[in-house]
Amino acid sequence: MSIDLKTIKHIAKLSRISIDDKKAKELEKDLNSIFEFIEALNKVDTKKVDPLTSIAETSLKLRGDEVKTKNIREQILKNSPDENKDFFVVPKVVE
Amino acid sequence: MSDIINLTLSALIDKIKNKELSSQEITKAYIARAEKSKDLNTYITTDFENAIEKAKKFDEKGNFDYKLPGVPLAVKDLFCTNNLKTTAGSKILSNFIPSYESTVTQHLWDEGAILLGKLNCDEFAMGSSNETSFFGNVESPVGKKVVPGGSSGGSASALAAKLTPATIGTDTGGSIRQPASFTGTVGLKPTYGSCSRYGIVAFASSLDQAGPMTQDVSDAALMLDVISKYDTKDSTSVNFKRGDYFKSLSSNIKGKKIGIPKEYRVDGMPKEIESLWQDGITLLKKLGAKIIDISLPHTKYALPAYYIVAPAEASSNLARYDGVKYGYRSEGENLISMYENTRSEGFGDEVKRRIMIGTYVLSSGYYDAYYLKAQKIRRLIKNDFDEAYKSVDAILTPSTPSSAFKIGDKTDDPVSMYLNDIFTVPVNLSGLPAISIPAGKDKNNYPLGLQLIGKAFEEQNLLDISYSMEKELSFKNNLQDWWIK
Repeated sequence: MSIDLKTIKHIAKLSRISIDDKKAKELEKDLNSIFEFIEALNKVDTKKVDPLTSIAETSLKLRGDEVKTKNIREQILKNSPDENKDFFVVPKVVE
Repeated sequence: MSDIINLTLSALIDKIKNKELSSQEITKAYIARAEKSKDLNTYITTDFENAIEKAKKFDEKGNFDYKLPGVPLAVKDLFCTNNLKTTAGSKILSNFIPSYESTVTQHLWDEGAILLGKLNCDEFAMGSSNETSFFGNVESPVGKKVVPGGSSGGSASALAAKLTPATIGTDTGGSIRQPASFTGTVGLKPTYGSCSRYGIVAFASSLDQAGPMTQDVSDAALMLDVISKYDTKDSTSVNFKRGDYFKSLSSNIKGKKIGIPKEYRVDGMPKEIESLWQDGITLLKKLGAKIIDISLPHTKYALPAYYIVAPAEASSNLARYDGVKYGYRSEGENLISMYENTRSEGFGDEVKRRIMIGTYVLSSGYYDAYYLKAQKIRRLIKNDFDEAYKSVDAILTPSTPSSAFKIGDKTDDPVSMYLNDIFTVPVNLSGLPAISIPAGKDKNNYPLGLQLIGKAFEEQNLLDISYSMEKELSFKNNLQDWWIK
């Protein structure tokens, strides 16, 4: 099977990555060659195989919900791309 | 000064403990060499002034009982370092300053080590040649315009060029072992769950593992002692009884059973790799090990399965880079276009490719055909190893199907680049430990590595076998310092 240009644009949208037509064509070529390589897996009969979801086959441990790192609000906000010292700012979403 | 940079990590530590060398002398020697080695492009961020300050403090009142007393180290720029820029080789994190420290790097500083700076790597550790970094290609000291391998390419190059006495990298599909093999250094990927993933920029969470890259096997054991610890901050960290790896090193491997998997004899493998492998087998026999032919029948499906599992996890992990709370932002007329422009400009081509693959295989209607299928294949690959380990203690393979190549040689064809990891990827899918040790050279005098794969949590066994081989191999890189300005 092959992935067409329309699908490429749909995946880009789902991935929240803007692409132009030139880029879409490049990705169509690359992704098709990668998927051609991946199709080899179809040769293996896996009907009776359980999926391996995690290599560390232990159940996740519970821990108390405690604050351990304090007073780093300023430090965290400093990384904000928009310079507003008290909030994370994004383009307007409510009219 | 040239004496300092030629010492192994353990020799350096002895000299510090005997007060033959001060932390300041050593730190300054490495900084001076880094200043002359800028052409290799190993560093993304240097922290030299602070390093000298910390070395001075160590010399004044440091604790000489530490495992890494006053030792300067540079680390891969995938480990978050508190208050020091951490980029993961990406434009999207090019201005990110973490407010916390990764557990693994914290262990280094807690044992007295001093941070020199952050080393270049493929963007988000996605690459096998260090050609996807936003901060430019890294050159290998083994030859002009030669790739150091990847994704821990800056780490491998800096280590081989003697810009740091040891370093740490991360390995998701071979990112420690393949660059170690390309640069004539030792690279160890520990068992999944040995070293904490907390504070490491995530790529594929079920595969990522941090590990040492060193000049020799003893140094790898020493570094593993420092970084392998249970951590409650990583939900997949495993609380097993860790060894005293460095102290317990033994070169007696008589009677150990080593498996040779026939499926690793791949089509088109260069003769020099084939004979390197054969020489390794002969050497192990000479050392008293028993060689056993084994079969890992699903080996050829490891790479295709990896290229579903790793991008799927990556597409989820990288969803967090949206230009809102940290990192690069590009403006847009509304929130969605701000996200789309940010991610389009902030990520490089290889990262975008993998996000797209991952999004596709996880998307509605395709999940069973791809992601679930890959997880089932993953089970079969792990079963192959489980079966083999009923009759052997470790497995010997080449580390890579070729030696280092020139910059630009494989950038046009993603699949040919992916094939570099054909021998390393099955190990990550199975969560096993593996080490690459330098074992010979090709016709261009570029290093070649052999890989030993061990049973889960049996790093000591792996270290002992490679330690005994290393003694006999007596590999020397003999680099001519051609890059020094």
